Amino acid sequence: MGRRFRLEDFLDWLSGLTMIAALYLVFLYAPTEATMGHVQRIFYFHVSAAWVGFFAFFVTLVASIAYLRAGKRDWDIVALSSVEIGMTFTAMAVITGSIWAKPTWNAWWPWQQEPRLILVTILLLLYLAYLMLRAFLEEEQQKARFAAVYGIVAFASVPFTFLSVRWWQRLHPVVFEREGIHLAPAMLVTFLFCLLTFTILYFTLLLHRSRLGTLADEVEGLKQKLRSGEGG
Amino acid sequence: MVYLFAAYAVFWGLTFVYVFTIASRQKRLQEELGTLRRALEREER
Repeated sequence: MGRRFRLEDFLDWLSGLTMIAALYLVFLYAPTEATMGHVQRIFYFHVSAAWVGFFAFFVTLVASIAYLRAGKRDWDIVALSSVEIGMTFTAMAVITGSIWAKPTWNAWWPWQQEPRLILVTILLLLYLAYLMLRAFLEEEQQKARFAAVYGIVAFASVPFTFLSVRWWQRLHPVVFEREGIHLAPAMLVTFLFCLLTFTILYFTLLLHRSRLGTLADEVEGLKQKLRSGEGG
Repeated sequence: MVYLFAAYAVFWGLTFVYVFTIASRQKRLQEELGTLRRALEREER
């Protein structure tokens, strides 16, 4: 008897294989950058992690709007899951960026010279507040409604953070320029593949985290059923 | 090279912590679900 196709398994394998390929491209295929040397290889995962962070918060925005329109619990689960993943990847981008900054700018956290560092900290705090809001509210529907509104409002910080390097043009390099991405062909291939790999990883984690939310709901439903059975 | 190693270690560290958190929460919930289903079956009998 053949095994039933499971999207989780497919995405797990796809994530694993693309990650191996991405590591091969980053460490063996992409040439060493002339000025920065090997430390420039941080760029591929740093930007990809930042991309997933921004994208995850965008998914939260869409899922929050969908929840307010349709009132379906699934959208609330997606919004929450995406915030968790977005925060994890934004933290990754911040830490790897700081490690890259030390040999490049000679400072771990030059926030006075680079406004993006302040804006990304605000972004992380805003989404931390999203999780705290959910933790403090008890009534499920109220929690989901408030979180959806907050998820929409908090997204305003994402374009500010993304565009800050264009507006102020201080230390942080601009990757996505109007004319395109200025990278050597082998670096560009590596970079684009890393973006794809991280996007697949995001959807894999989102699926697993959302299933977790559904499972938690199922547990809660059974608990209530048991309680009402005991009461009756 | 130390910076490069540190940056990738952070990436793998955070990824594993997050995946491990999801996996352990899933395991706990599945065990709880099993216990609750058995309790419900007992009650219905």
